[in-house]
Amino acid sequence: MAEAKERKLPAPAISQETEAYWDAAGKGKLLVRKCKSCGQAHHYPRTICPFCFSDDTEWVEASGKGTIYSFSVMRRAPVPYAMAYVTLAEGPRMVTNIVDCDFDALKCEQAVKLVFKPTDGGPPLAMFTPV
Amino acid sequence: MSIKGKAYIAGIYEHPTRLAKDISLAQIHAQCAKGALEDAGLTKDDVDGYFCAGDAPGLGPMSMVEYMGLKPRHVDSTDTGGSSYVLHVGHAAEAIAAGKCKVALITLAGRPRAEGMATGTVPRSRGGTPTPDEPFEFPYGPTVVNMYAMCAMRHMYEYGTTSEQLAWIKVAASHHAQYNPHALLKDVVTVEEVVNSPMISDPLHRLDCCVITDGGGAIVVVAPEIAAKLKRPKVKLLGASEFVKTQMGGKVDLTYSGARFTGAAAFAEAGVKPADIKYASIYDSFTITVLMQLEDLGFCEKGKGGAFVADGNLISGTGKLPFNTDGGGLCSNHPGNRGGLTKVLEAVRQLRGEAHPKVQVANCNLAVAHGTGGSLGLRHGSATIILERE
Repeated sequence: MAEAKERKLPAPAISQETEAYWDAAGKGKLLVRKCKSCGQAHHYPRTICPFCFSDDTEWVEASGKGTIYSFSVMRRAPVPYAMAYVTLAEGPRMVTNIVDCDFDALKCEQAVKLVFKPTDGGPPLAMFTPV
Repeated sequence: MSIKGKAYIAGIYEHPTRLAKDISLAQIHAQCAKGALEDAGLTKDDVDGYFCAGDAPGLGPMSMVEYMGLKPRHVDSTDTGGSSYVLHVGHAAEAIAAGKCKVALITLAGRPRAEGMATGTVPRSRGGTPTPDEPFEFPYGPTVVNMYAMCAMRHMYEYGTTSEQLAWIKVAASHHAQYNPHALLKDVVTVEEVVNSPMISDPLHRLDCCVITDGGGAIVVVAPEIAAKLKRPKVKLLGASEFVKTQMGGKVDLTYSGARFTGAAAFAEAGVKPADIKYASIYDSFTITVLMQLEDLGFCEKGKGGAFVADGNLISGTGKLPFNTDGGGLCSNHPGNRGGLTKVLEAVRQLRGEAHPKVQVANCNLAVAHGTGGSLGLRHGSATIILERE
């Protein structure tokens, strides 16, 4: 079993536009940006909707449920890790990692749930682990 | 307005080096420019358009314009990663068609080996003001290889593509590379050797990845009246298209590339079909890159790329679609981690009848060159050109 060891994660470079996202992450919540005009959620978050270009967008809290869209275990790294896209229950697919699991048992479309992992001096990162 | 028939590729040059410890980046650019101009039978003073991308030292085109003593009346430093130079051929044709220049020079150079760059396996931040995507990607560890690997993983999940099928792409490239004296990897490999090479990032093995090389190349694109006066075989541009494919606000689909759009547009402009193509230069940063682009360009149905590339179908002389007959990025050269320019070069060699005799395609009158730059799994630039031997 190739199990995830803890690896040092760099702090995200936070811009003014997404401070609320990272403040929420610090409280264990994953936010997605949703457009009040077209009704669609997107990721990564922007103030102007990338689908309809409305600036009437808002933060909504994600349920933390999702499925693995695709993944790849980066074997050639000091500490191997599982890069992934997870499809959130709210719709958008996000770049993330799958953690606390047997890397060799991961599959596309597997159900996962939200966890947070600390970074080096910044807010924690939203990651996922198999249900 | 179309660029069809409005421009010709008159000169090409590929730097023979694969490790450039003792020459500077600007020097490689200039040596390639000199080589391509000499190949065309033109001089530096004939150049009135200059094209380069982010590999050129300095701000946009300016440092290289100064270094080479050029006096361009048209410049373009559009950077879409490794696909930039395929895109530049199209832009050069547009500029020529609009009367903005008559002799366009495109250069590429890079020294990732000499500089000890960990090209594919280390996450990189671009530095400076972060891109809007960076905080939502970089901390998670995206590398070149794992983002392409995720495309392969999803393609396997949706279409049943296998590692053995992907391996055939490398096998075909290696069959061609054995005849290229400058190729970094000249040994013919087998499917077994590819799938048994070390796993780098599932499902891509070491031999699914391209080489890391120093070097460069250059292309000279000219107006029809210039081409008519030159002695080299005439290679005419029939079609060109570019596109940027993204994560689409979270609606990312990893199973296709921007080639879906650029292929359709370039073939439409050229007025030809994929079935008419005698030779294909296909960007080969990884085996999966080739497979997806072949599907997206229309050489086979979506999802059937695995069956299409298997059993040597890409090997010149035996397969139906000879590809990357110089050994490509998988075996020969991927200068500066940007493989688009060398794709154009081998297509021109094939159309001129100047490829190595062991890989030269008989009666090669129509070729495609396609580039993908950036990250297939995050955001990438695509560019397709269709070329004809006149």
